[in-house]
Amino acid sequence: MSLTTDDVRHVARLARLALTDGEVEELRGELSAILAHVEQVREVATPDVPPTSHPYPLVNVLRADEPRPSLPPDEAVSTAPEAEDGRFRVPRMSHSEG
Amino acid sequence: MSTTTSVEQATRYEAVIGLEVHVELATRTKMFCGCAIGFGGEPNSRTCPVCLGMPGSLPVVNGAAVESAIRLGLALGCEIAPTSQFHRKNYFYPDMPKDYQISQYDVPICLRGELRITVDGRERTIGITRVHMEEDTGKSLHVGGSGRIAGSDHSLVDYNRAGIPLLEVVSEPDLRSAEEARAYLAELRAVVLALGISDAKLEEGSMRCDANVSLRPVGHTVFGTRVEVKNMNSLRSLGRAIDHEIERQTRVLTAGDPVVQETRHWDEDAGVTSPLRSKESVDDYRYFPDPDLLPVEPDADWIDRLRAELPELPAVTRARLAGLGLPAPQVAVLVDTGLVRVLDAALAAGAAPALAANLLTNDLVGWAAANGTDPADAPLTGAALAELVGLVADGTLSTKLARQVLEAVLGGEPGGPRAIAEARGLVQISDTAELEAVVARVVAADPAAAQRVRDGNAKAIGALVGAVMRETRGRANPRLVNELLERHLHP
Repeated sequence: MSLTTDDVRHVARLARLALTDGEVEELRGELSAILAHVEQVREVATPDVPPTSHPYPLVNVLRADEPRPSLPPDEAVSTAPEAEDGRFRVPRMSHSEG
Repeated sequence: MSTTTSVEQATRYEAVIGLEVHVELATRTKMFCGCAIGFGGEPNSRTCPVCLGMPGSLPVVNGAAVESAIRLGLALGCEIAPTSQFHRKNYFYPDMPKDYQISQYDVPICLRGELRITVDGRERTIGITRVHMEEDTGKSLHVGGSGRIAGSDHSLVDYNRAGIPLLEVVSEPDLRSAEEARAYLAELRAVVLALGISDAKLEEGSMRCDANVSLRPVGHTVFGTRVEVKNMNSLRSLGRAIDHEIERQTRVLTAGDPVVQETRHWDEDAGVTSPLRSKESVDDYRYFPDPDLLPVEPDADWIDRLRAELPELPAVTRARLAGLGLPAPQVAVLVDTGLVRVLDAALAAGAAPALAANLLTNDLVGWAAANGTDPADAPLTGAALAELVGLVADGTLSTKLARQVLEAVLGGEPGGPRAIAEARGLVQISDTAELEAVVARVVAADPAAAQRVRDGNAKAIGALVGAVMRETRGRANPRLVNELLERHLHP
C-alpha cells in the first residue's frame, strides 16, 4: 500500500508534527514500507489466528476498590514545565484542535 | 369546512433523538488507580503516576467499577459481553495528561438493552445501544478573556477528576420529543439511584447528558443530519435545548438549507445553541486496544450473583408504593429524589406509610429546597422517621409539632425525635383535665364566640380552638380540644 502526501500530512496533523515537504516525502516512503509489512502479516493472519493485542493468557486482572495514598500536590506538579496555584499551566487551548 | 391550507402543505418534520449519558460512579477509588474520589481539597491532591500518565506507570482496573457496569447493564436488560476490552481514544487536549482517554470501543461491556418510559400516560420502550466503561477527564480553568476557552490566555488544569470511573449509556435514536428525552433521562437516573452506583446529580455533573438531534419529514425512515448538543445540566435544560434545536433545524430545512453536522453548545441563560467545533470523524481518534489492560471476561457465576443481588427497580417500586395507597405524584417524588430508601427503612421499622411519606415529600423536600441541599443528603434515617411517625400515631405529637421536630432533626439537633420533642416541651397535651381548664378559661374570655356556637354557628368554634392552641403554644391535641369545647358548649 502506498500513501499519498495528503495521508502523511493528515497523520502529521493528528500527531501535531510540523513537517517540511522533504520530510513528508521521506516519511511517505517509510510509512508505506511499514504498511506493506503489515499487509504481509495480514496475509498470514487467517481467521484462526487470534489477535495478539494481549498475548498473555490472563483476563479479569482487577483491583480491590481500596484507596491508596496519592502524591503530595506539590510533587504532582513538580515535573510540569509550568505550574500555577497547584495546577498544571498549559498554553491556550484552541477548540478547533479538540 | 376548509381542509387545505398552506400550512398543511408545508413539510412537517419529526424529531429523532438519541441520548448519550455519562454516569460518574460512586466508587471509593479511580478507574485505574488507587487515588481516592472526593470533593474539594487542593488541586492535584488526588493524583498519582497512573492518573498523571507518567511513563512506566501501570493502570489496573477497579473491580467495583466493573461490577457497577454489569449491574447497570443487567438493570437495563442488556447482554453482558463474554469478553470486553479497553481502548485508547487518542486526542490532543490537556484535560487528559496521557493525550488519550481510556475507553471502550468495539467491544463494550453491555449491549442491547432497553428502558421503558411513560409520557402522557403512554408507555414506550427505548432501546439502549450499549453501556461502556471509561475514565473522566480533568478540570480546566481558563485564564484571561471572559473565562471561556475562546479569548483565554492560558489554562490551568487540575487532574483530581481525571480517572474517575464513568459509565457511558448510549440510547438508540428512539426518542421523538423533548418530553420523551426528559422522561428517559429521569428514568435512567432513577435506575442509577436505585442501584446506588452514583449520586447521579445532573446539576453537579455526576450525571451528564448529550443529545443527538436530527429531523426528517414525517413518514420518512432515513435519518436526517444529526447535531450533537452539549452542556445541559438539568432535566429542564435538556428539554429546553432539544426544543430549541428542533425549532432551529426546522427553520434551516424550511428555508431549503442543509443542516450541518456539528457539535453545538447549549447556553442556558441565552436559551440558544451555538456551534462548538466541527465534529472529528471517528477515525481521527485512532482507537487501539490498550496493551496495559487485559480483557474483562465476567463468567456466568459472577453475572448470576450480581443479577440475584439487584435491588428493586423504579417501575416495581412505583407499583409497590401505589399499592400502599400513596398518590402517584408523591410516589414520583419519592423515587426521583431517592428518598424511597428512607421511606422503606421507616416502613421496615413500623411507620405508617401515609404520614411517613408526607413528612418526606412535603417537609423534608421543602427543607432541602430552602437550604439548597439535595433531599437525598438530608440527615434523616429511616429509624428516626419511624420514631417520629410513631409519636404522632400514639398522640404524643400533633402533625404540626411533628414538623417542628423534623426540622430540628434536619437541623442537626441530637438525640432523636422523642428526646427533641421532650427537650423542647413540644409534647402534645392530651391530658383531659389540663385542657379542660384551658377550655374553660377561653370560653369565659370570649363569651360572644361561645354564644354563637351555642346558637348553632358551627364555624364559630374555630376561633375558640385557635385561642386554646395559642394558650398551649400549639401543643394541645386538636381532636381533644374540639371534643372538650363541644362538650362544654353543648352540655
